Amino acid sequence: MRVRLPSILKDAALTAFVAAALGIFIVGFRTVDVGSRTGLSFDYQLADLAVAVGAIFVGRIGLSLAAAGLRWPVVALGAAMMAVGASPLQLPSGFLHWFVALGGVMLVIRGIWPWARGTLAAAASTPSGVLLGQAGAKWFGWLLLAAAVLLPFTPAADQKTMDLAVLILTYVMLGWGLNIVVGLAGLLDLGYVAFYAVGAYAYALLSTQHGLGFWTVLPLAGMMAALFGIVLGFPVLRLRGDYLAIVTLGFGEIIRLVLLNWVDFTNGPAGIGSIPGPTLFGAVFAETAPAGKRTVSEMLGITFDGNHRLIFLYYIILMLALITNLFTQRMRRLPVGRAWEALREDETACRALGINPTNTKLTAFAIGAMFAGFAGSFFAAKQRFISPESFAFIESAIILAIVVLGGMGSQIGVVLAAVLLIGLPEWFRDLGNYRMLAFGLAMVLIMVFRPRGLIADREPSVRLHPAGSGAGP
Amino acid sequence: MAYFSQQLINAITLGAIYGLIAIGYTMVYGIIGMINFAHGEVFMIGAFISLIGFMICSFLGIGSAPVAILLVLLLAMAFSAVYGWAIERTAYRPLRGSFRLAPLISAIGVSIALQNYVQLVQGARPKPGGQIVSGGFSLFSADGFDVRVSWLQIIIVVVTVVLMAGFTWLIARTSLGRQQRACEQDMKMAALLGVNVDRTISLTFVLGAALAAVAGMLFLMYYGVIDFFIGFLAGIKAFTAAVLGGIGSLPGAMLGGLLIGLIEVFWAGYFSSEYKDVAVFAILVLVLIFRPTGLLGKPEIEKV
Repeated sequence: MRVRLPSILKDAALTAFVAAALGIFIVGFRTVDVGSRTGLSFDYQLADLAVAVGAIFVGRIGLSLAAAGLRWPVVALGAAMMAVGASPLQLPSGFLHWFVALGGVMLVIRGIWPWARGTLAAAASTPSGVLLGQAGAKWFGWLLLAAAVLLPFTPAADQKTMDLAVLILTYVMLGWGLNIVVGLAGLLDLGYVAFYAVGAYAYALLSTQHGLGFWTVLPLAGMMAALFGIVLGFPVLRLRGDYLAIVTLGFGEIIRLVLLNWVDFTNGPAGIGSIPGPTLFGAVFAETAPAGKRTVSEMLGITFDGNHRLIFLYYIILMLALITNLFTQRMRRLPVGRAWEALREDETACRALGINPTNTKLTAFAIGAMFAGFAGSFFAAKQRFISPESFAFIESAIILAIVVLGGMGSQIGVVLAAVLLIGLPEWFRDLGNYRMLAFGLAMVLIMVFRPRGLIADREPSVRLHPAGSGAGP
Repeated sequence: MAYFSQQLINAITLGAIYGLIAIGYTMVYGIIGMINFAHGEVFMIGAFISLIGFMICSFLGIGSAPVAILLVLLLAMAFSAVYGWAIERTAYRPLRGSFRLAPLISAIGVSIALQNYVQLVQGARPKPGGQIVSGGFSLFSADGFDVRVSWLQIIIVVVTVVLMAGFTWLIARTSLGRQQRACEQDMKMAALLGVNVDRTISLTFVLGAALAAVAGMLFLMYYGVIDFFIGFLAGIKAFTAAVLGGIGSLPGAMLGGLLIGLIEVFWAGYFSSEYKDVAVFAILVLVLIFRPTGLLGKPEIEKV
């Protein structure tokens, strides 16, 4: 393709102009709090804006060149931007270094993308590549599982890592639970965190006020969340996709607001503290046991170590997550699971074939809610303190993002996405405040470039005729 | 009676603001059938641009309130409209024709990104806007209770009514409005008849964003304090208003906004202010269950 420089420059200038218009007020003038209540002044950040707009101008030129099929100029441009970003050059703010450098990285990727994709596709279609791909798909999950089981015994398992692993696994479990609702049944649920909250509060209240243990409450919490799912789902599941999304969002907010304001019952914004942790055959994880109980170290005759509790929690959540996964895998092969997948693809056709859409959706909704309930009571037991703050809409959005990024319906995809979205930001603390910004942008980019997620899995779990046999219609 | 009248006045003011935001939801839904989840964020950005605009005005020594308000109004409308345009162009247009939920998920991403963008560049603390218009007059007195109308409330209602009248005229009488309505009815047919569909959809977003920006400015003037998170709640309430009035219907959005304002203010005034948001969400749920087409909406027929 011929490169038309004037039109590329015009395009880039237009983009830069729009970027400048977007940024001039919000970025260009920064409001600064002055001591008194009504005091507000501003300072200028026009230099920041200018650098950002310049980077966008260059980036847009790069994208146009890439679209014209040029590879090396684009890579060179990207590398130059990376160099500027990484250079000790004094840009007006630290963020701009990141901004310019990341722009460069994206440009480089965009530049080599067609070539990389071609090479990968070629490698994957050679006989050994096909074999490797099949073996990889088959064994990858097992390898991951083995790594997860062995993790606490590796030297890497210090407190920080284990904390993070527990956090990631909690999100994996929530992702798998939501995957039943969103990925399999195709119902967009923006209030999933409500069921998580129900589970957490169920355990917190039953344990602190009635003295019930974790293992007694766990099934109760799941049942309670499932009940909530049925009660909330029954009236609204007739609604079409996006209406359903908003109604579930409304329900999620209602539950959060009730938890926040019903102070007699939930202790309101102050939350519930000193929730007992889970026990191992009645023994507690603590240095000294409360009256009438004994500690795990006494029971097993080992010396007390604060990490034991964390490792125990890790195995609980690993087990819960695996149960969720196994359950889903089996459900997919049952008639109801197949009905979920069929419903996701075409509701009208399902109705014509005699599937009751409301009941089918309701089972998916209730089962998804149940797993959120399990995860919720685990969360309460792990944190030992919960407050409505932990159950804001953003949590629902994060869980949804994990499912969507992973590829709706793909179990392994959820694991990868959870590691990516939860693990990476925790490791790169530098990203700190920019984490949620990047998060939102990533959601948009994934939808634009890979609407099916990292690992797309929309193949029906059970086929009437084997794929490619030609027996089908 | 006096208390009731006072609440009514407050409710109409609030309802006007919701109505302005709701129009953006309803128009976008009407034309491309998606819930523009990021619309509340455009409202928030409009409020921030207004805040900065007012500060620049006072910095430049523009002392007269009407001039400042008019200037900031135009400024906020213009620059928020760019946001509306840019969001549609980058996050929604590439997804046209993708699976149904893709634009909604993308919109949630835009919403999260915009919230954090504003939080990062402007700070997380609530921003006091100062008082641009003060004073008012007493309407009447009864039961030892003074029913007051502030000038600000009058400004809000007048601005809203004028804009809505102008907007209705735009949709009903101009060629742009005709194209917009044509796309709403049948996008493919409109394209065959020479309507530039992409441009029309962009304009719909631009107009919706401009009205949301006005709502943002009025919100800033009315409450005096804004932060980066105001868009979430206001957005959901305005969406509820659009659904209540019948999504896709312009008079419906205005009516819905008014009703939501009434429900919220009266619930807070007579029952409990903690649960006023719960009341609004409950209305949303109830309307969707019992009358998904809303008060003035047309039933949607699904063709196979």
